[in-house]
Amino acid sequence: MSGAGEPALIRIRDLSKSYQRGGQDIPVLLDIQLDVQAGDFVALMGPSGSGKSTLLNLIAGIDQPTSGRIEIGGVDIATLSEGQLADWRARNVGFIFQFYNLLPVLNAFENVELPLLLTGLSARQRREHAQAALAMVKLEDRMDHYPNELSGGQQQRVAIARALVSDPTLIVADEPTGDLDRHTGEEVLGLLDELNRKLGKTIVMVTHDPKAAARARRLVHLEKGVLVDEDPAAEASKTR
Amino acid sequence: MFILKLLLKNAFRHKLRTTLTMVGLVVAICAFGLLRTIVDAWYAGVEGSSSTRLVTRSAISLTFPLPLNYGQRIKSVEGVSGISWSNWFGGIYVTERNFFPQFAVDPPSYLALYPEYRLKDAERLAFMRDRQGVIVGRKLADKFGWKIGDQIPLRGTIYPGTWNFNLRGIWDGAEAKTDENQLLLHWSYLNETVRKLYPKRADSVGVYIVGINEPQNAALISQRVDDLFKNSLAETLTETESAFQLSFVSMSEAILVAINAVSLIIVVIIMAVMANTMTMTARERLAEYATLKALGFAPSFVVKLLFGESLLIALIGGGLGLLLTLPLAAGFASAVGTLFPSFHVSGLTMGLQVVAALVVGLVAAAWPAWKMSRIDIVQGLRHVA
Repeated sequence: MSGAGEPALIRIRDLSKSYQRGGQDIPVLLDIQLDVQAGDFVALMGPSGSGKSTLLNLIAGIDQPTSGRIEIGGVDIATLSEGQLADWRARNVGFIFQFYNLLPVLNAFENVELPLLLTGLSARQRREHAQAALAMVKLEDRMDHYPNELSGGQQQRVAIARALVSDPTLIVADEPTGDLDRHTGEEVLGLLDELNRKLGKTIVMVTHDPKAAARARRLVHLEKGVLVDEDPAAEASKTR
Repeated sequence: MFILKLLLKNAFRHKLRTTLTMVGLVVAICAFGLLRTIVDAWYAGVEGSSSTRLVTRSAISLTFPLPLNYGQRIKSVEGVSGISWSNWFGGIYVTERNFFPQFAVDPPSYLALYPEYRLKDAERLAFMRDRQGVIVGRKLADKFGWKIGDQIPLRGTIYPGTWNFNLRGIWDGAEAKTDENQLLLHWSYLNETVRKLYPKRADSVGVYIVGINEPQNAALISQRVDDLFKNSLAETLTETESAFQLSFVSMSEAILVAINAVSLIIVVIIMAVMANTMTMTARERLAEYATLKALGFAPSFVVKLLFGESLLIALIGGGLGLLLTLPLAAGFASAVGTLFPSFHVSGLTMGLQVVAALVVGLVAAAWPAWKMSRIDIVQGLRHVA
């Protein structure tokens, strides 16, 4: 985890997001200020409709804010064009979704290899990277299996391998245990914890589950689009 | 390689749907090819015509004969290099279903004007010597299993009675478009018999075939020929051989236009079916495309996936349709017998079949590709939930 004196990996300032519904502005996030240090493991919590997934989407660069700045690694991603944002995501963000979002026609190995098509790696290098990532999630013996031949926990582990195979700066996880039973969820959380502690990966995770949130080093609570509370233990790492 | 594998796997993800779409494509592309071939066959006589031949017929109608003595006068016209004549015989071989054209001709002058009828010297000589002899095209001989020396009985319709002919030669066409479905008999033999039985109908010919050396002067020479017989009892109409053949085609032009229209409509229908398939496919994979875009793939990648898959299905279906056209055309040709002088799937038709399949593939993917390239990632990811 980075020290408090170092610049934050994620710097969010005056961030607001609203949606247009029936000619009306519906605010989802209001004036968010948030810093996340490199190597941190942040859990975003809050009731449904609090805006935590929207905040995660904005951090991941798959949604655009209505106003404010989101600087990640010194880049204000709110100013990037769609094409630049796609490139930026390919290089900097690993995604873990609640429902895994694996391509059903590709086997575990091919699903993990997929993000590497956006890099300049040769086929041999891609194969080595994908094999290493699958080994990291202990699925090297399931490389040839298709998603429908894997359990939910195994599919999520493949998704984790896919998220880390291109060595991204940031991993975003949206309810990664939401579709799993408690035991399998624990395994997945243990894996995320390992990625954070051993590989120093910065993780931002949305969860409803307090037990899952407890695995994070820092908890951020949202309510009605406003940051309302933060784990006191993490206050020290917060830089405004 | 990875992308090709992904395209193949995607294309056959719903095997039944893809197979049914392909079956539709096979039928459509095959039907398109067959209908085009029928239209081509209709025009085969025109394509097989020579620019160095004119046809002179009665100005009133083709059914009105011309006097035999016109031949010498036409031959003297400036620009005419040769003259021959023919009469439509119209006999029936065994049954009416065995229709094929039969012409009574003056063999030496006729064959001199039709060098594309390749006949062995011995057979040519045998034909010349036997007044009851006939020669036929290779396709016709093959169809009825005729061999040199066989006797061919024809029941006359225009010239009543049973006529027995001796097969003396079989010609091969110099080109694929050369007519090999005709029978040629001696005009002199026919005329001799007609003179005995129906003297008033003797010494008349159906059309004159006029050989010219300068095709660019065809209009001028035609005019000179027709001027010769102006204000006579049998005025003539002279035109190029292709114009003469076209006059037959134009009689059925409405049918040809309809056939052409149907062939295009079939392609449009399969285009709509294919577009529906691709739209359903794209809608089902909304979350996958959103995931790909979230991972950093550009919208153009999604466009390529959809176009690639659509083209793959279209080309496989179209290719199978094209391959099936060849045996079907052969079957059709044997079923209709000698109705068409030439019935083969041309290179142009095969090319058009490929183009039609490509266009179907491209058009079918256009809307879903455009739509999917613009999907909002967040909305698309929610689709899975």
